[in-house]
Amino acid sequence: MSAILAHPATVTPEMEKARRALIDESTRLPVILFYGSAVFWLLVGSLLALLASFKLNDPTLLNQWGWLTFGRVRPAHLNAVVYGWASAAGIGTSLWLMARLCRTPLRHSKLLIGAAIFWNIGVLLGILGILSGDGRSIEWLEFPNYASFMLFVAFGLIAVWAILMFRFREPGHIYVSQWYLLAAFLWFPWLYSTANILLNFQPIQGGGQGAVNWWYGHNTLGLWFTPIGLATAYYLIPKVLGRPIHSYYLSILGFWSLAIFYSWNGMHHLIGGPFPAWLISASVVASVMMFIPVITTAINHHMTVRGNFQALKWSPTLRFTVFGAMCYTLASLQGISMAIPSLNVVTHFTHYTVGHAHLGLYAFFTMIMFGAMYYILPRVVGWEWPSARLIRWHFWLVAIGIGMMVVVLTLGGLLQGLALLDPDITFMASLDYTKPWLFLRSISGLLLTAGHIVFAVSFTLLLLKAGATRTEPTLFATDQDRQPEPLNA
Amino acid sequence: MNRMPVIVIGVFLTFLSSWLGLVAYPYFNLARYTPVVDENTGDINPPPLSGLAERGQQVYAAAGCIYCHSQQVRQIGYGSDLARGWGSRPTVARDYMRESPVFLGTMRTGPDLTNIGARQPSVMWHHQHLYQPMVVSPGSIMPSFRYLYETRKIEGQRSAEAIDLLPPDNIPEGYEIVPTYEAEALVAYLVSLNRNYPLPEAPEPPQ
Repeated sequence: MSAILAHPATVTPEMEKARRALIDESTRLPVILFYGSAVFWLLVGSLLALLASFKLNDPTLLNQWGWLTFGRVRPAHLNAVVYGWASAAGIGTSLWLMARLCRTPLRHSKLLIGAAIFWNIGVLLGILGILSGDGRSIEWLEFPNYASFMLFVAFGLIAVWAILMFRFREPGHIYVSQWYLLAAFLWFPWLYSTANILLNFQPIQGGGQGAVNWWYGHNTLGLWFTPIGLATAYYLIPKVLGRPIHSYYLSILGFWSLAIFYSWNGMHHLIGGPFPAWLISASVVASVMMFIPVITTAINHHMTVRGNFQALKWSPTLRFTVFGAMCYTLASLQGISMAIPSLNVVTHFTHYTVGHAHLGLYAFFTMIMFGAMYYILPRVVGWEWPSARLIRWHFWLVAIGIGMMVVVLTLGGLLQGLALLDPDITFMASLDYTKPWLFLRSISGLLLTAGHIVFAVSFTLLLLKAGATRTEPTLFATDQDRQPEPLNA
Repeated sequence: MNRMPVIVIGVFLTFLSSWLGLVAYPYFNLARYTPVVDENTGDINPPPLSGLAERGQQVYAAAGCIYCHSQQVRQIGYGSDLARGWGSRPTVARDYMRESPVFLGTMRTGPDLTNIGARQPSVMWHHQHLYQPMVVSPGSIMPSFRYLYETRKIEGQRSAEAIDLLPPDNIPEGYEIVPTYEAEALVAYLVSLNRNYPLPEAPEPPQ
């Protein structure tokens, strides 16, 4: 092992390959634990989402039990997908990226295994807590204290692990993905502890709570999911294509402008509300300034892929990741427009915002996480994906599902918002406008759930090492011009 | 960027700036309100909640009312909140000083509830609406909160607090529907929601 991990100057390509395999192998248990629980919570979250959506179509559905009332199922869905699925998938991906980019086998995996156990107990307690009536009704922070405390312990263990990993990293270049991961792992514990203390453990007066709530809510997207998603895209796109990132300087500009502006965005959720005007204006300005990191990153990714778009035909990893990266640009530009007061006045308090949230957390982040799982799992498990057909079904079900969901919620939300704006239109009419679109949203939710079931089957088959032994990666096309995606790249 | 300290310090400082502006500032300036005594009437504004209404606040949180109902009347120029009669003035931070958690909300599948107690002061109306929302409010997609009510056999006299159901819903002969303590608390909270009192920093806009 010491020979394989020797100084770079003495390492041959074969040793480099063996060393990557060794690093991948060292991440096996923690990555599978986080990914496995993520997929489990994705299924739970999808079922909760379907139930909540159906309840808006037919409010009499299962309305005899408090446990399944809409106002509990909906936050249970949000927390299941945010903490159970997206965070766990993001942590699993980050662990592997950290080991790869620090160029050292994963150490102290017991910390991570402990973290995964605490994390899952926390999510389970939290969801049961919400369904049983202990939910806090603070958006994005609904978990009761006994659950959020568990998540915090889990996160503490991960942060300690991350610091140890960085100490043992091989000296040299720090790749752009590592900047984002380092930032996310510093920001999130600070964010999560501040918000939980001020809103749940020692709540401050109500007048200040809205600000803390949306500072947290927006930063969870901006400073936790976005950096992990971008770190993953910055790693996978060049890796799969075998070419470097277009511009190092654009990477720097994108990173620092995101750090400066994103953290100030949150108050645009409170436009027109009971808060000082300067606070909201500051967030509107910061939101508009997000144009810089978004466009910078979009150009950087686009120029990296340019001339190689045919690779989207054969590589599942690249297809999911590029879909996600493009939706990052879309979601961000839409978010910027929604922070402009004259548009916000239409979209605020409507399903348009729900569509936007799914464009960000699903079409961007979740799709990139799927891409990462398709890349990482075969390397960690030592087995290729059993079926290209299952991957193709997964892609098209979720791509069409999320596309449809965003479109119908956007249109329904616009009609609702325009109706709400006009005091001559009755309130009930504004609700009536949304009903057909909410029905279509349920259909799109069925497509997404079907896609998740296909993915869960594929995932389980991979873990069981089902199917024939493959010497090459599982790709979509089998024609001559496809390029191999080597296992140990 | 190959120097770890530069990244760590930069990441720390950028985040610190928002922590100071969006957390520390509200902590010191929006969460330190005291009530105001109205010189003309001697009323304390915002008024304290009764114990039952305070419990109702927790029922409101547990039931997740915020996912469809907001509690904020936005400032003039932001939507038709005032024109819809949802309040006599926009709400300000002091209005929420007794609320925890605060139920500002982000969705209006249902109407704003900032002043629902002023619009619907009837306790019986609220019970009927919570039990059979689609009958009381045709077209509504609010779920019934019948899990907060008990259907029980009438023993001797019908209970004073039993609710009168509106047709077409009906109760089997010899039974009655009685609010649980939680339903009573929730309705006490809803009828207490009236923020049309005057505050020095929130004058009523000219009609």
